[in-house]
Amino acid sequence: MSRELFKFKGGVHPPEHKAESNARPVRAAPLPKKLVIPLRQHIGSPAKPLVSVGDRVLKGQMIGEADGTISAAVHASSSGIVTAVDLQPVPHVSGLPDLCISIETDGRDEWMEHGPLDYRALAPADLRIRLRDLGLAGLGGAVFPSAVKLDPGATQHCPTLIINGGECEPWITCDDVLMRSRADEILQGVAIMRHLLGSTEILVGIEDNKPEAVAAMQAAAARMDFAVEIVVVPARYPGGGAKQMIQVLTGREVPSGKLSTDIGIQVFNVGTAYALARAVHHGEPLISRLVTVTGHVLRPQNFEVLIGTPMHVLIALAGERDGTTGVLMGGPMMGMPMPNLDVPVVKATNCILVQSAELFPPLPKALPCIRCTRCADACPAELQPQELFRFAKAGDFGRAQEYHLFDCIECGCCSYVCPSHIPLVDFYRYAKSEIWTREKDKRAADLARERHEFRQFRQEREKKEKAEKLAAKAQAARAQAALDQTQRAELAAAPAAGAAAPSEADAKKALIAAALARAQAKKAGAAPKNTDHLSPGTQREIEEIEARRAKIRELARQPLEPDEKP
Amino acid sequence: MLAAILVMAGIAVAIGLALGWSAIRFKVEGNPLAEKIDAILPQTQCGQCGFLGCRPYAEAIAKGEADINLCPPGGEEGVKKLADLLGVEPKPLDETHGAPKPKSVAFIDEQTCIGCTLCIQACPVDAISGAAKQMHTIIAAECTGCELCLPPCPVDCITMVPIAEDLPHWKWKHPVVMLKQVSGDRSA
Repeated sequence: MSRELFKFKGGVHPPEHKAESNARPVRAAPLPKKLVIPLRQHIGSPAKPLVSVGDRVLKGQMIGEADGTISAAVHASSSGIVTAVDLQPVPHVSGLPDLCISIETDGRDEWMEHGPLDYRALAPADLRIRLRDLGLAGLGGAVFPSAVKLDPGATQHCPTLIINGGECEPWITCDDVLMRSRADEILQGVAIMRHLLGSTEILVGIEDNKPEAVAAMQAAAARMDFAVEIVVVPARYPGGGAKQMIQVLTGREVPSGKLSTDIGIQVFNVGTAYALARAVHHGEPLISRLVTVTGHVLRPQNFEVLIGTPMHVLIALAGERDGTTGVLMGGPMMGMPMPNLDVPVVKATNCILVQSAELFPPLPKALPCIRCTRCADACPAELQPQELFRFAKAGDFGRAQEYHLFDCIECGCCSYVCPSHIPLVDFYRYAKSEIWTREKDKRAADLARERHEFRQFRQEREKKEKAEKLAAKAQAARAQAALDQTQRAELAAAPAAGAAAPSEADAKKALIAAALARAQAKKAGAAPKNTDHLSPGTQREIEEIEARRAKIRELARQPLEPDEKP
Repeated sequence: MLAAILVMAGIAVAIGLALGWSAIRFKVEGNPLAEKIDAILPQTQCGQCGFLGCRPYAEAIAKGEADINLCPPGGEEGVKKLADLLGVEPKPLDETHGAPKPKSVAFIDEQTCIGCTLCIQACPVDAISGAAKQMHTIIAAECTGCELCLPPCPVDCITMVPIAEDLPHWKWKHPVVMLKQVSGDRSA
């Protein structure tokens, strides 16, 4: 309790709005008629579909396998029949569809065979593969495949393991109620992380606006057989960001462009720890999660939701109200507007925030930047948001990168404090995606250049080889002609010359004879292979044919009659 | 007086030798400016500029023999980058060399293809796979969309398919557009 806490620069303290949803107990959302499960639910390569239309799947069955190292599997959230493997709307700000597996549930919710894993007996690499196949991904928001993060690597060590219970975004309470109600299982998950990473110091950071969660976690920590320190940190947005949490708890900063593991620290969300415990101790893949449904609804609360449940089902459960102006996935600071409400809940869905004109009044029209630098004061990444905005707006992406655009965590503090209501984060996202596109184009251009140059080199080489071949042929022809001439001369000279010429001619004759013998031997060796064990009838037929052939050959050898000549 | 002249002459000879030696020792191979220009060009190798590929065009620009606005795949942005590099005023794209088009990939209709290999010979980046009297196909990841395979095809079985926007290729738009949309919604 005497741990010295540090501060991160900047940050804001927006109204919390947590009391709306964290008072009601967690309720399991009913089984929907249709589940739509996207294959791209994590950062990295999307999963490869394993089922086809018409297949019956069981609850927990793998329907998409991990593709590559940075990937995770996806599973059927309930039993039923696969009705489609096609493009469906997904919870993405663009509104573009993505490959999904649709399952018509049969209401039986029939589990496939599953059981606990003995994680202490398994080799760490095997355990990580099992976890990847159980679809584990970070539930804090970035959905990075957890199996990759649980690999300490050959040289890296993670002496410090931080469990992030910050949940700093307003309105969201799913981690809060998870810690209140399932603290023991969270810490069981932490024990597995500790086993895989070999961490010696385990810190759980929880913001001071969640006293019940802190109490529950402390009680659970006391029951654990290893030391876990529950640290209460002051509530300030974005204190739940991984880099900010590290800074508050340890006073260390993750260097620009590096990972926290480079300074020996790994961070996991409490939800991920819980999912890990379910996976290892029960063999359950990641097929459900807690989702806060709040904002402009009658009964804001947390639901235990199967992945693939349409969002409108949850909003209806929480009590839909008139005057809805939009729905965000996530909180008000970093959340993404949803293109429509048929999109499914995915692993990244921590909150469904229903907006109304009273709760979220539309922003006034953006005014020009007056360079007040309030954004710079609020920026927790210690950037110069006003400069980044200027460069992004002007399309000067190189300068934006020089000003460390990629250290921006898109927390939205700058937009929140901007007196001109400029959607600053949108500009940074625009600049980042432009830079990524350009890098991709650059790689494509480099590949094209390389292939074009190689093609030219190949054509040049082929030309040269052809020319050389032709030259060699001409040379050989000339040599042959010269040889013939000398031979003729020799032949003419032979009667006169005597000893040397006949010996040469003999050698040549011997060579020809040897070649003929070789050819004969080859011919004999290449006799038909299907002539053994023939019935007498077949043998007779063959003999007849052979006789006919001999006759034809004889006929062909005879000179043609003069009148038959053309 | 004489001593001063000799000293000056000696220094001149010494410096001259040093310069002459370093000119040989540190000679730059190739044209570095052409390299830089080539790095900006989009490498489609389409020849729309009138040269036999991106590299010859880059060399022509470096020698001052070609204008900077002849590359339609590079677009206005490419012209601007070239202008920045060369320290000249950017100018609008020369439309006589073609207009910029959305990025596309060639597609061979495998039902119609007769396996004549003419497109394979035309492809500047070896992005077509096939052999004589065998069906050909485009290696989409390596196709630059140069359209050079279209004219030689005797059965017109190659079409250009624009790359559709999907999730991995999606980009955030410039936010000003979004602002306009919001104001439009409010007035409605």
